Amino acid sequence: MSNELISDYEVSHAKPKAFYERYARKEELQHQTHFCPGCGHGNVHKMLAKAIDELGIQDKTILVGPVGCSVFTYYYFDVGNVQAAHGRAPAVATGVKRSRPESIVIGYQGDGDLSAIGSAEILHAANRGEHITVIFVNNAIYSMTGGQAAPTTLIGQKSTTTPGGRNAATEGYPLHVSELLATLEAPVYIERVGLGDNKQIAQASRAIRRAVENQVRGLGFSLIEVLSPCPTIWKMSPVEAQHWVRDVMEKTFPLGVFRDRTREAQPRPLPEPEPALDQIPRILGIADKDLPDGSSAKNARAEEVDLRVRVAGFGGQGVLLLGEVLAEAGLDAGLEVSWLPSYGPEMRSGTSNCHVRLSSQTIDSPLVTIPNVLVAMNEPSLRKFDVSVRPGGWVIYNGDTFPEDCVREDVHVLALPFTQMADELGDARACNMVMLGALLEITGVLPQANIDAALHRLVKHSKWLELDERALARGRELYRESMQELAYES
Amino acid sequence: MHKQLMKGNEAIVRSAILSGCRAFYGYPITPASEITEAAALYMPQAGGVFLQAESEVASINMLYGAASAGVRVMTASSGPGISLMQEGISYMAGAELPCVIADITRGGPGLGNIAAEQSDYHQVVKGGGHGNYRTIVLAPHSVQEMADLTALAFELADKYRNPVVLLADGFIGQMMEPVEFPQRAIEPRQPEWAVAGTAETRGNLITSLHMDINDMEQHNRALEAKYRSAERHEARAEEWYAEGAEIVLVGYGIVGRILKAVTADARASGINVGVLRPITLYPFPSFNFQRLAKRARVFVVVEMSNGQLLEDVRLALNGARPVEFLNRMGGNVPSHDEVLAFVRELAQRTSSTIRPSMEQEEERVAHV
Repeated sequence: MSNELISDYEVSHAKPKAFYERYARKEELQHQTHFCPGCGHGNVHKMLAKAIDELGIQDKTILVGPVGCSVFTYYYFDVGNVQAAHGRAPAVATGVKRSRPESIVIGYQGDGDLSAIGSAEILHAANRGEHITVIFVNNAIYSMTGGQAAPTTLIGQKSTTTPGGRNAATEGYPLHVSELLATLEAPVYIERVGLGDNKQIAQASRAIRRAVENQVRGLGFSLIEVLSPCPTIWKMSPVEAQHWVRDVMEKTFPLGVFRDRTREAQPRPLPEPEPALDQIPRILGIADKDLPDGSSAKNARAEEVDLRVRVAGFGGQGVLLLGEVLAEAGLDAGLEVSWLPSYGPEMRSGTSNCHVRLSSQTIDSPLVTIPNVLVAMNEPSLRKFDVSVRPGGWVIYNGDTFPEDCVREDVHVLALPFTQMADELGDARACNMVMLGALLEITGVLPQANIDAALHRLVKHSKWLELDERALARGRELYRESMQELAYES
Repeated sequence: MHKQLMKGNEAIVRSAILSGCRAFYGYPITPASEITEAAALYMPQAGGVFLQAESEVASINMLYGAASAGVRVMTASSGPGISLMQEGISYMAGAELPCVIADITRGGPGLGNIAAEQSDYHQVVKGGGHGNYRTIVLAPHSVQEMADLTALAFELADKYRNPVVLLADGFIGQMMEPVEFPQRAIEPRQPEWAVAGTAETRGNLITSLHMDINDMEQHNRALEAKYRSAERHEARAEEWYAEGAEIVLVGYGIVGRILKAVTADARASGINVGVLRPITLYPFPSFNFQRLAKRARVFVVVEMSNGQLLEDVRLALNGARPVEFLNRMGGNVPSHDEVLAFVRELAQRTSSTIRPSMEQEEERVAHV
C-alpha cells in the first residue's frame, strides 16, 4: 500500500480511559503491555477500549477474558473483569449477561480457545443469539503454549505439532468460524477483519465499535474475527508478520461481512418485572393458604396404622399413580406417608413398581421389602413379589385365575380380572383405580373424603376424574361381593 | 406450615428459589431431570433465569458467569454430568465463587445405569477436579432434608464463597414424602465482590489465575484456612440411638433410612445398636466418630458403593475401633433383612472377641 498517507488516518496518541493508567502486570513495565513487539492483541485491545470510551459504557462493561496470550485483559481494562476457563468464555458470558441484562458483556478469545476447545460453547451461544459481543482474535496458531497447530492453522503451515506443515489428509482444513456461524439464524452481525495494513486496521476498529454498539442497542449476538499477526511464533519480523496477514492469511480467511442484520433486528424487550417476595410461595405452589391442612384429621385418628404396600405391573398400567393416590390420601388423613418408585427409563411395557407406606408413626425406611398388601397388576409381578408378602397380609391380583404355584396358605387373596372390570366401566386403563378401590375396602384405613380429596388433586381432567371415581367404587363393590360369595360358600 | 407430598427433586427447586436462587443452568439426565424441569417452570415465574445448556461443561461455566455477577445460582445432574462439570467446579473453587450443585447419583462407572447408587462419593467429596480444593457436601436422607439442606447449601456457599454439592442417591431424588417449606422467601442480595456491570463493581475481578508462584501458594494457604474453618464449624451428623451403642451403623442418604429401621428391630431383640448418619460428607463429622468410639465396640459402614465412605470412616476412627463393611452396588439396595442379619451375626461374634471400650481400657491402665 505504497500510496497510503498518514494524513488519511486519524492518529490518536491518547490512551483510552477504559484502560488503567498504569498496568500492574509487570512492576518494571507499567506503561507497556506484556505482548510481544508486533503482536496484534495490543491493537485490538486499544480498539476495544476506544469503543468502550466512545459509547460511554465503561461502568457497565464486563469483559470475559480467555486463556492464552490475552489472559491478562484485566491488567489493562478498567472495567468489570471475569477470567474464564479455556474455551468457556461464551458460556461464562451467557451466565453474566442473562442475570445482568443491563451490563455490556464482551467476550475476548483467541483461535485455539474459541475454535477448538470452545467450539461447542461459541456455536451454541451464537445459535441462542446471546446478547453479547465476541472479539475473536485469529492468528492461526496456539501462541502462548509455544506454537502448536490450531483448527485455523493454514494448509502447509508449520507448527510444533505439524512439523511437516498442516496436511489436510490427516489434520483437516482451516476452520472458517465466521462463515460457519453465519449459517445460523440468530446472529446479528459477523465480520472478519484484519490487521494486515493501516486500511484494514481502520476497518477493524470500526467493526469492533459496531459490534459493541449493537449490544448497547440490545440487538443481539455480534462477533468480530480479527486476523492478527504473531511475529514471535511465526518467526517473522513485525513488518513481515503484518504483511503475512494481508498477503497469505487473507487468502484462506477472506475479509468481509458475513452477517449484518443490524437494520432489521429488533431491540430486546425489557425483562418482566420481578414478582414481589411475598408472592414467591404462591408461585411455587407451597403457600399454606393454598394447601389442605391435614392436622385435624391426625388428631381424630384412634387406631394404629402401618400399611406397607407394594404395587407392581407393566409400565403404562398406572402403577405409580395408584401408589400416589394412596399416599396423597394418607397425607390428607394426617398419616405419615412415603412413596418410592423403582424408576426406570421412559419406556412402555417395562416393569414398574412402587413402595408406599402409610403409618401413624414416623416412617424410618420408605422401602417396602415385606409388604402387608401386594397389588400385582400382572403375573410376572405376582411371581416376583408374592413370596415377600408378610404372613396374614393381602395379595390383590389382576387375573382370572390365581397361578397354582403361587398359592400361599398364610396370605389372603383377591384375584379378579380387574382389567376386564375396568373395561366394562368404559376404559381398561382405569384398572389401577378398581384395584385401589378393592385395597381401600380391604384395609379400611382411609375415609372416603381423603380419597376424594387426593383424587381431585392428582387427576385434573374431568373425564378421567369421573371414571376413576366410578372405578374406585366398583373396586370396593367387587371386594364386598367376593366376601359375600365366600360367606355363601362356607 | 402445611405439608405437601412431593418428590425430593421437586423440593430442591422450590427451596432454592425461596433461598434467593435466581438462576439455573442445566442439562437433562436421569435421575435428576425433574430438578431441571421444575426450574424451567418456576425460575422464570420467580423473575429468575433458566437455560438448558448444550452440555454440563457449558452449564457449570454459566454458573461461573452468574456467580461472578453476584447471583445465587445452581445446577443439577448425575454422575456422568458431574464428571463433565469437574473442570468448572475447580475453577469456581479457585475463583472462590459460590454455587449449589445437586448430584442425584446413579450407577457407574461409565454409562452405568440409571438406578440409585452412592458411587459419586469420591468424585464429589474428594474433589474430582484439579488442584488443591474442597467442596462442601451435604447428604439429605429425606424429602424434607432435600428442602432444608438446599437452603443450608446456599447459605454455606455464600459464607465460604465455595461450591456446595447436595449429594443424594436416586431414591432420595425420586421418592415422594410430605414436606413443608418456610413461608418467607429470602431476598436475593448482591455481594460486594461481584462483577455486576455497575460503577461500584467496576475494577472487581474474578479469576483463579495466580502466575506468581508465591501468590499461588498464598492463595492455596488462604483456601486451606477457609476449609479448616469449615471443618471446625460446619460438620453435621445425626446420631440415632447411637449414644452408648455397642454397634454403630454408619450410612448416609437412603441407607441412613434403612439403618434406622434395622436399629428399631435389632434393639427390640436386645442388641445395643445405633446409627451415626453423616449429614455433611465434607466436612466429615469425625468428632462424632471419635466420641462414639469411646463406648462403641465396632462400627459398621453400609453403603451403595465400593468402600468410598468406608475410607473416611477409617480415617475418622484412626484405628480406634474395628470397622465392618456391608455394601451393595449397581442399583441394589442393602435390604432391611440383609443388614439385620449382618448386625445379628456381628453382635454374636463381637460379644466375646472385640476388645473392651476405651474407657475400660483407660481404667485398666490406671490400675496397673
